[in-house]
Amino acid sequence: MDAVLLARIQFALTIGFHYIFPPITIGMAWIIVAMLHRAGRSSDALDLQVARFWIKVFALSFAVGVATGITMEFQFGTNWADYSRFVGDIFGAPLAAEGILAFFLESSFLGVLLFGEKKVSPRCYRFAALMVAIGSTLSGFWIIAANSWQQTPAGFEMVDGRPRLTSFIDAVFNPSTLPRFCHAIDGALITGSFFVVGLSAWLLLRRRHVEFARRSAAIALVVGLVASAAQIGLGHWHAVQVARDQPAKLAAFEGLWETQRNAPLTLVGIPDAEGEQTRHAIGIPGLLSLLVGLSTETEVKGLKEFRPEDRPPLFLPFWSWRAMVGLGFYFVAFSALGVFLWWRRRLVDFKPYQYLALITIPLPIITNELGWISAEVGRQPWVVQGLLRTAQAHSPLVPAGQIVFSILLLCAVYALLFAVWIYVLRRKLLRGPDQVAPVDQATAAAAVTP
Amino acid sequence: MTALQLTWFVLIGVLLGGYSILDGFDLGVGCWHLFGRDDRERRLFISAIGPVWDGNEVWLLAGGGALFAAFPAVYASVFSGLYLALMLVLVGLILRAAAIEFRSQVESPAWRRAWDVAFAVGSALPALLFGVALGNAVRGLELDAGGNYVGGFVALLNPYALLVGATGLTMFALHGALFLAARLDGEPAERARGRARRTWIVFALLFVVATGWTLAFHVRGSLSLAIAASILALLGIVGSSLLNRRGRDLSAFLSSAAAMLCIWGGVGAALFPNLVPARNDPALSLTIANSSSSPATLSVMLVIALVGLPLVIGYTAFIYRTFMRGPLDVGPGY
Repeated sequence: MDAVLLARIQFALTIGFHYIFPPITIGMAWIIVAMLHRAGRSSDALDLQVARFWIKVFALSFAVGVATGITMEFQFGTNWADYSRFVGDIFGAPLAAEGILAFFLESSFLGVLLFGEKKVSPRCYRFAALMVAIGSTLSGFWIIAANSWQQTPAGFEMVDGRPRLTSFIDAVFNPSTLPRFCHAIDGALITGSFFVVGLSAWLLLRRRHVEFARRSAAIALVVGLVASAAQIGLGHWHAVQVARDQPAKLAAFEGLWETQRNAPLTLVGIPDAEGEQTRHAIGIPGLLSLLVGLSTETEVKGLKEFRPEDRPPLFLPFWSWRAMVGLGFYFVAFSALGVFLWWRRRLVDFKPYQYLALITIPLPIITNELGWISAEVGRQPWVVQGLLRTAQAHSPLVPAGQIVFSILLLCAVYALLFAVWIYVLRRKLLRGPDQVAPVDQATAAAAVTP
Repeated sequence: MTALQLTWFVLIGVLLGGYSILDGFDLGVGCWHLFGRDDRERRLFISAIGPVWDGNEVWLLAGGGALFAAFPAVYASVFSGLYLALMLVLVGLILRAAAIEFRSQVESPAWRRAWDVAFAVGSALPALLFGVALGNAVRGLELDAGGNYVGGFVALLNPYALLVGATGLTMFALHGALFLAARLDGEPAERARGRARRTWIVFALLFVVATGWTLAFHVRGSLSLAIAASILALLGIVGSSLLNRRGRDLSAFLSSAAAMLCIWGGVGAALFPNLVPARNDPALSLTIANSSSSPATLSVMLVIALVGLPLVIGYTAFIYRTFMRGPLDVGPGY
């Protein structure tokens, strides 16, 4: 197998696995901020237990996210040396900024969040939770800015065949950064909230810690509904931007071959790259044009505008895009139903919804992955759109055997991590929140001293 | 070479120095983990670093990112050239992060034992391989005209690099023991002092040999500066031993930290003006001048560093003040 393919497999594998966790933790971090805020204003000890418990669950996922994230910082150098040389003047800066401006923040205050409840004041503790949420969101921002530059490069000029920075602001806030950032962070909020909802539903199904689970689910459902509804607008915004800046990608998403006005929105079909057509397509006439430009007269570019060697592969972008959008609409329905049941006080005893919530846990995670596949495979054959092809970006002299070895090693370690994560998560849930009302050590010591 | 490029050469050194001092001690604690007397002592070890190790490790990520941003050619050549070593470091760091979080989640002795081993190996392996990588960088790599390493894997396991690796491993082990001596109380602290004393002898010996070898054969920059930095580092190392023997644990630890900074100064002086010398042909060396990013990128990065690092140092100090005093909690959690 050739080294480019191996390097791509390794990258897809490591980032695909890593990308399970940051959305869970970014979303949960904000939910924990909300829970602590609520606990701070309430006199009910259960509210504090709710926050405490989810902080522990958060810590498990955060640990796996951190562990698998280390790989990403170095993989551009190990597997994509020619890419690193090519984009070094632009791409390294946001990664470094992530470390200095975001990752330090979340990691340092995570220590306070996990171990500092008795060591700092409640206000300081809530502040630490907020810093973890802000830090992890900012972390996402810098990574997304870097990725967006690959999609829609800006703020540079070509000097000696390589991009050289002319404006850092333009490079960071390139045309796709903001839509992609809002879209991905909103996806993280959905992921985090459905994670909490689903795990709470599991407790409700087992009749364990019922009031605790109900309260947790309620907070998360509200976040989930707002985020799911907002995603319709944010996702649309991002898609319009893709249509404007990466028309080949949008054409691949839609299986659209001919440039046309009144372009249809294809619901299903079989894109056929050889025959340059999408067979058995069923679509809604004019809707794609309408969505892209608010008018059925809007012209949408088809794949035939692009030379065959500049077209993305079709199967993955076409289907992952469809599945992502479909799941997005399901999330609105799911969370709306949940909020309705909560309002009607049926959350605790309506079992079908609890089962539904349980099987919904992995769906936002899958949706994030589908969105990532759409975005990255849709960018092919470019690693930096229009500037550098993926086939020219790898480390030319790393032996294939070493890459295979590292893929196998990482697979084994990641499989282990995943199994452990699930196992410990399950135990943690079954044990549930601490049943004894929390007392700090000084008071406890005073209480036993006669 | 411009002042801006030189500044970044120094700043990369500062980030790597910060990393060695901070993650150095928690990697070092990991090296001692299997030598902990019982489960309680091992829990103490993990509790001692629990709230801070993650932040410490960010210095590595920030250093890696900054190297990418400031000297992309070096980032590309070193990381692809030392491919296998880097992958093993990554696997070590992954296992270690998982072990710290997961070990105390289940009471079973077998479970704990497995994670204890993962924590120890995941700490010792990077501690060793960082030194091997540094040794190879100082010694120089065989590079082609595109900056790719062409020397093959086995050549990386040369005696000099292995010596630097062993020196680094013992240095981190000493640093970790000094940290434990300062952080723990009673018998565990006393045992840590003893471990520091014994490790110190091995480390000091390795350090003298490795430094002598470096000064004799591998200084391409300023020999006088490299000698000066080595003498200062030696003072710090000797100081850490004297202070350790007098039970002044915190000062011993700080003395060891200062020695690490001096060692990085010495490495910089030996390499200057190269970042990665090419062994086969000096004209192919990756230097400060030919491997850096453009002035625009270096300036932006400088602003980010000047705004960001004081903040980082500020809240890191707050967190150390919060967690590095008072008895350790070995209750649920860790």
